[in-house]
Amino acid sequence: MKYQSQQVAKLYFYGAMLIFSLQIVFGLLGATVYVAPTSIPVGLLPFNVIRMIHTNALIVWLLMGFFGSTYFLLPEETENELYSPFLAKLQFWLFLIAAVIAVVGYLFGYSANEGRSYLEQPIVIKIGIVIVALMFLFNCTMTVLRGRKTVITNILLLGLWGVAIFFLFAFYVPDNVVIDKMFWWWVVHLWVEGVWELVMAAILAFLLIKLTGVDREIIEKWLYVIVGLALFTGILGTGHHYYWIGTPKYWQGIGSIFGALEPLPFLMIVVFSFSMVRKGGRDHPNRAALLWSLGCAVMAFLGAGVWGFAHTLSVVNFYTHGTQFTAAHGHLAFYGAYAMINLAMITYAMPQLLGRPPYNQTLNIWSFWILTLGVVAMTLALTGAGITQSYLERGLGEAYMDVQQQMTLWYWARLGGGVMVTLGLVLYLIAVFVPGRAPISNRLDSPATK
Amino acid sequence: MAERLTKAAARNIFYGGTVFFFVIFVALVTNSYHQARVMEVTNPISASAARGKQIFERHACFDCHTLFGEGARFAPELGKVWIKYGGQTDPAGASDGLKAWFQAQPTGIDDRHQMPQFNLSDHDLNDLIAFLRWTSAVDTQNWPPHSPK
Repeated sequence: MKYQSQQVAKLYFYGAMLIFSLQIVFGLLGATVYVAPTSIPVGLLPFNVIRMIHTNALIVWLLMGFFGSTYFLLPEETENELYSPFLAKLQFWLFLIAAVIAVVGYLFGYSANEGRSYLEQPIVIKIGIVIVALMFLFNCTMTVLRGRKTVITNILLLGLWGVAIFFLFAFYVPDNVVIDKMFWWWVVHLWVEGVWELVMAAILAFLLIKLTGVDREIIEKWLYVIVGLALFTGILGTGHHYYWIGTPKYWQGIGSIFGALEPLPFLMIVVFSFSMVRKGGRDHPNRAALLWSLGCAVMAFLGAGVWGFAHTLSVVNFYTHGTQFTAAHGHLAFYGAYAMINLAMITYAMPQLLGRPPYNQTLNIWSFWILTLGVVAMTLALTGAGITQSYLERGLGEAYMDVQQQMTLWYWARLGGGVMVTLGLVLYLIAVFVPGRAPISNRLDSPATK
Repeated sequence: MAERLTKAAARNIFYGGTVFFFVIFVALVTNSYHQARVMEVTNPISASAARGKQIFERHACFDCHTLFGEGARFAPELGKVWIKYGGQTDPAGASDGLKAWFQAQPTGIDDRHQMPQFNLSDHDLNDLIAFLRWTSAVDTQNWPPHSPK
């Protein structure tokens, strides 16, 4: 670590892992209600509250991780200190407080009057999120303007500005539910299948340069090609959400074609990452960080690419839409693309933030496999559930609840996967945040901490 | 080909292409927006249905149910629930049936997903039902399959 202001990233990484833990706790609760519907009194904690905390916590911790990753890499990329570390710290506490108020509110039954899925935050909190985003963008843009401009900083900032701009559609809630849903996707789809991919690709490119030592020129050219493909397919790929919500029929053609092409950039990321590792030849001591980076590329391709492709064609989606198949895809895609990139960055950055050579590598690698296989188990279980539901409910026309009762085994398997994820997360947190005592000789000046 | 593509060219293709596809997207969405507004002529949104949508949002119904397949999958799809209750032939009966359902929650029956008691006033229930009646008339391209016609 070369710049003092990179230290603010640590705060964000602690916050992100705190909220990630909250997400997992509420995921376990939700999965439990699926297998034992009366186990948690509905008057105390109904499923809709469990789900809004689970999904909101996901979004908040991923954003917190993106903020932290950006504050960590920006000084190294721009070759100067952050414009204002104080503003970065203030922004963190505002964001955390807003998130905590939102969660406590949800538990007591306060969510937005105009809530939609993922956007249940009361309007005051939404305004708070915009203020937080503006503080962040101001700080980062000022840092970039007075420093070295690289392709990574360009793409990263473009992605982050896009995150803030598309969030503004959260304030547009028309009475016509068809129009409402069309623009709800401008937040949700244009985030996760659009600008978030820019953020992910930029962070991954940074990690690959550091971990493999490959030439920046090569990475930067391919970065443009990859994010170009991501947006060329992803923007019109929004059409795959416009099949059955009251929108015109032409979206079925557009959504099918561009949706089917959306896996391409993810496939390119896999090919590109592995070839960089081969070409680079640097033997970086933080093997766990490299494993997370490559794992991120592979799992993003499987979750977003393969599982996304599986139900993107309108003829297939007619049967799978609104079933557990969507949940299967959602879990693996979010984990592979966005959770893993953050876990990779935290694994890479924490030793440097603590001024230590990489520590707890074996434990970290164990946590990688347990967490990842846990999410894969959940995904396969939900895929089984989704296929069952598509066939019996959509295909044969059986009643919703009758079909649910035939899916219990899959739901038990999903809960099992969730328990595995929990174990993996605990190991990860220990590996990253409990560094143990550093050997004196390895402190600070060792080459591995550079 | 990879050698001939320079970084500057890749950058220009990225920015140019993104603008190009976004313009097409905005044009199509504009067209869809107008068609959705035209729909309001044959299926007008009453003040009651608009309030009903807000009740649906305030109580986060979408965090258990799907509407046009979107939302959580813990509870049944609601887009055509009005038709399922026979609203097309007997609106008063469908309305009463839905109200009775709301008031019977939660059932407390083991193995059945539980819906909370929202304690909605009769006025609120009428608004919510007006909203569900409105959604049932939206052309969803025959989705879901096997939905009541």
